[in-house]
Amino acid sequence: MLADIPIYPAQASTIAREVDQLHYVLTGITLFFTALIFLTIFYFMIKYRRRSPDERPRPITNSVPLEVTWTVIPTLICVGIYLWGASLYFTNAKVPDGAMEIFVTGKQWMWKIQHPEGRREINELHVPVGRPVKLTMTSEDVIHDFFIPAFRIKKDVLPGRYTSLWFTATETGRYHLFCGQYCGAFHAGMGGWVIVMKQDDYERWLNGGVFGQTMEAAGESIFQDRGCLTCHLADGSGRGPSLVGLFGKSVHISTGETVAANESYLREAILHPNAKDVPGYTATMPTYQGQLNDEQVLDLVAYIRSLGQTGKARP
Amino acid sequence: MSEVHTKTSILAHQFENLDQQLETDTLGIWVFLVTEIMFFGGLFACYTVYRSFYLPAFEATSRVLNVRLGALNTMVLLSSSFTMAMAVRSAQTAKRNALMAFLALTMVLGVVFLGVKAIEYHAEYMEHIIPGVDFAPQGEILQHLSPGGLGHAQIFMCFYFLMTGVHAIHMIIGLGLLLTLLLRARRGTFTSQYFAPVEVTGLYWHFVDIVWIFLFPLLYLIGGRY
Amino acid sequence: MSTTLEEPRAGTRIDYLNADYGWKSWLFTTDHKRIALLYLISITFYFFVGGTFAVLMRIQLIEPQGSLVQPETYNRLFTMHGIIMIFFFLIPSIPAVFGNFLVPMMIGARDLAFPRLNLLSWYIYMVGGIFTLYSVIHGGVDTGWTFYTPYSSTYANSQVIPVALGVFITGFSSILTGLNFIVTIHKMRAPGMTWFRMPLFLWSMYSTSIIMVLGTPVLAITLFLLALERLFQVGIFNPALGGDPLLFQDLFWFYSHPAVYIMILPAMGVISEIIPCFSRKQIFGYKAIAFSSVGIAVLSFLVWGHHMFVTGQSIYAGLVFSALSFLVAIPSAIKVFNWTATLYEGSISYDAPMLYALGFIGLFTMGGLTGLFLASLSTDVQLNGTYFIVAHFHYIMVGGAVMGYLGAMHYWWPKISGRLYPEAWARLAAAIIFVGFNLTFFPQFMLGYLGMPRRYAFYPAEFQFLNVMSSAGASILGVGYLIPLVYFVWSMRYGPVAGPNPWGATGLEWQTPSPPPTDNFEYTPIVTEDPYEYSKQEVGLV
Repeated sequence: MLADIPIYPAQASTIAREVDQLHYVLTGITLFFTALIFLTIFYFMIKYRRRSPDERPRPITNSVPLEVTWTVIPTLICVGIYLWGASLYFTNAKVPDGAMEIFVTGKQWMWKIQHPEGRREINELHVPVGRPVKLTMTSEDVIHDFFIPAFRIKKDVLPGRYTSLWFTATETGRYHLFCGQYCGAFHAGMGGWVIVMKQDDYERWLNGGVFGQTMEAAGESIFQDRGCLTCHLADGSGRGPSLVGLFGKSVHISTGETVAANESYLREAILHPNAKDVPGYTATMPTYQGQLNDEQVLDLVAYIRSLGQTGKARP
Repeated sequence: MSEVHTKTSILAHQFENLDQQLETDTLGIWVFLVTEIMFFGGLFACYTVYRSFYLPAFEATSRVLNVRLGALNTMVLLSSSFTMAMAVRSAQTAKRNALMAFLALTMVLGVVFLGVKAIEYHAEYMEHIIPGVDFAPQGEILQHLSPGGLGHAQIFMCFYFLMTGVHAIHMIIGLGLLLTLLLRARRGTFTSQYFAPVEVTGLYWHFVDIVWIFLFPLLYLIGGRY
Repeated sequence: MSTTLEEPRAGTRIDYLNADYGWKSWLFTTDHKRIALLYLISITFYFFVGGTFAVLMRIQLIEPQGSLVQPETYNRLFTMHGIIMIFFFLIPSIPAVFGNFLVPMMIGARDLAFPRLNLLSWYIYMVGGIFTLYSVIHGGVDTGWTFYTPYSSTYANSQVIPVALGVFITGFSSILTGLNFIVTIHKMRAPGMTWFRMPLFLWSMYSTSIIMVLGTPVLAITLFLLALERLFQVGIFNPALGGDPLLFQDLFWFYSHPAVYIMILPAMGVISEIIPCFSRKQIFGYKAIAFSSVGIAVLSFLVWGHHMFVTGQSIYAGLVFSALSFLVAIPSAIKVFNWTATLYEGSISYDAPMLYALGFIGLFTMGGLTGLFLASLSTDVQLNGTYFIVAHFHYIMVGGAVMGYLGAMHYWWPKISGRLYPEAWARLAAAIIFVGFNLTFFPQFMLGYLGMPRRYAFYPAEFQFLNVMSSAGASILGVGYLIPLVYFVWSMRYGPVAGPNPWGATGLEWQTPSPPPTDNFEYTPIVTEDPYEYSKQEVGLV
């Protein structure tokens, strides 16, 4: 029975080992200093216990060398841990080139996953082993959190904006997926599984199942059905600007600032069209807030991206 | 009425002497004002964040406010700080009639301020730009606010009502304090040795005035079209 | 310290307890000592209400699928447990009971600077509590004590506004208490009581008051905005209307991080009093401890972003907050080492206050060091939102602050009540609490590392063993807390009468009879010595 009690989670991603190393060092420091203090106290308690009521210990009130020592040593330890943790965090924040993208929408109390090739899933995330995967995520209602303990990754999922996460799975298998930010009644039930498969198994999985359109094709349908095409002509002769090559471009808006045309920019343009005016165009685009849900917005974003991407955009 | 009798009845039992009592009261009100700075500071911080997100909407919506009435109110409050300072001076020099007159004048100016604010709020109500109650701008105002996004205009108006509203509540409390001072002055409570309540209330009143000095430009003047 | 000792009057002595009788003399009192007792009764009540919720939570978590209540009910239990324990027990506890009782006495004054404001603070606290109790009766709130938007502002179906209002109101109690302490310590010290002759408890009360005064107003405005948003749905925190939910978090944590130092600094002050007394030795590193207290208070305002590392906030912000969070750990470490060094070559006795103080030092060390895991960016990603956090803050709040509170109760009980509590029972209770506490919360570190998220009404089966251990510990801890409740009440009638200074301690409060007279000192003391001058003291219990 004792063997069934887990002590550490599976290490199933490229960063898991390094994060665990930092964790173990911190555990060592914690146990060391806790034991040091407890044992010292215990030792002093016994060695200097009061033996007679008339005892008068000699006053030892201060020692600058001692104060300096026990200020400097903890500071050095803290600086060391800080630098290690920060550098790990910094490197892990950078999404590797060529990561495949998957889109996640959280809502009370389920996870909806969209693969660009068309496959959709609920509460499960199938990924291939050994390939970097970037998740772009949003919430339809409250703040949730996408947490895969075995990969050592976690990121809040917010309504009204996109957050992102990346990982490279190193071991095939099934791993817990949890919602990590309290979100209401069934927060505890908003979990699922991440299934890591071998590359060809993943391909097979991707092509099986109920066939749906790719996200780009779905986005194109929406673009036509909802009237976007009326104004956003490809040659730029319409009332709205052409969207060809827009993704990733730096856009000048009327306040003088320059913003990157990334997923968040496009989402805002669709749902809050007049928040950022582009000079040369009147603010007449109607809002699609309430008419398109977050998954449809992600489909549109995928379509617009397929019209040509300029440079690399950071969400 | 002997001086000794007055002293013992106005010296609280935890203090050694009147000087200690005055110093303590003064430090007390300063610490309290620091907490008020933090309280308003939270509102100013939120305003700053949203202004940085939605500058065009904030500027456009600011122009909808009545800058003339706002400027008038600024003059009124500054004058009331002057009369309040004169009241404190009168208390320190034990001039009872002058004290009462200046307190009354300060109160009048305070009431004028609140009256002007009421007029403004009423106008904003008639223009249907009170968020949560009835935010449905029409006609010219609607045209004016649309480009920046009505949602963002609503956020500006939220902060306009919140900040001026919380300020107005502080003014009303201030008026209550002034009334109490006026009644106590009439009874002859204040002498050249005991005037701490007047000084303390004066500090509070000046603080409320300073908050307005910050509110006025941030709410009324950022649109820049006068 | 040299001072004139009170001459007990012949016959029954008048003290602050029997100076006047009747409910009016208590409910309209301005005596800081009576107000302290009013607070004592209230916070004890809230402690057991919050504790009951905790017991129910741990029973629920014995079974993976949840053995007691529906998830919606569990969500209300953990929320109300947090709100009541933090705002209605921990934050007032040591300042409102022991601060109120002792600050004037320790500085040699007759009362605080503003006694009527002090009474008002208690009434404000009670009103805020009534709002919260009203909400409990009507089903409570289920947003977590952190009230994150937009769940709390738009989606929650529970009593958000009454509770938000209740906490808003109670905040003013905190602000006024802090204001009172700051002004009192600045302006009412007895002749000869320089800043560096003040007992360290006063330094920690002062530092705590700085935080109360600067931080609580921001919480007030945050909750006010939340209530307005909920009522009017105007968009302040709602992204669909242009609002920013993370703005709520920044505002909330701007107060709530310093708030945790409101909860621990007073306990540290208590430890600084108990350790010298029961080692019969001057404190080691007086100035280091004093400056560390103020340093912690200042730094505490600069680290709130470490609660938001995984929200998608800028990584550069993360780097800054992480560095500052490590920095704020250093002064606490300095204190731990100084307290331990005080024991060296001391004359140590094992009375209950000392047991609690020593337990505090060890458990706070552990709790504080586990904070480093959370200050460090990469490990925090894994541990945020899991039981590791729950374990970390309970080690500090319960293993630290509550042990400090109990240490204070036992140390100053004779002064407050004029009676001695039964020492054997006290030591037994301390041991039970220590064992029960560790059994409850240590497994939670492991659960967190394994990935069990917090605020879960049910959980995957593989986490059951550790949860059962934790629940078993909680039952032991509960018993441990009930024992002092019984014997303190018992001692009021049947405990041996205490003299002015049963512990042989230094400090002006011990120079008065137990219980003290209403005006504390018959003559204003004149202070000529440093605190904790145990080596010069006449030895022997009085």
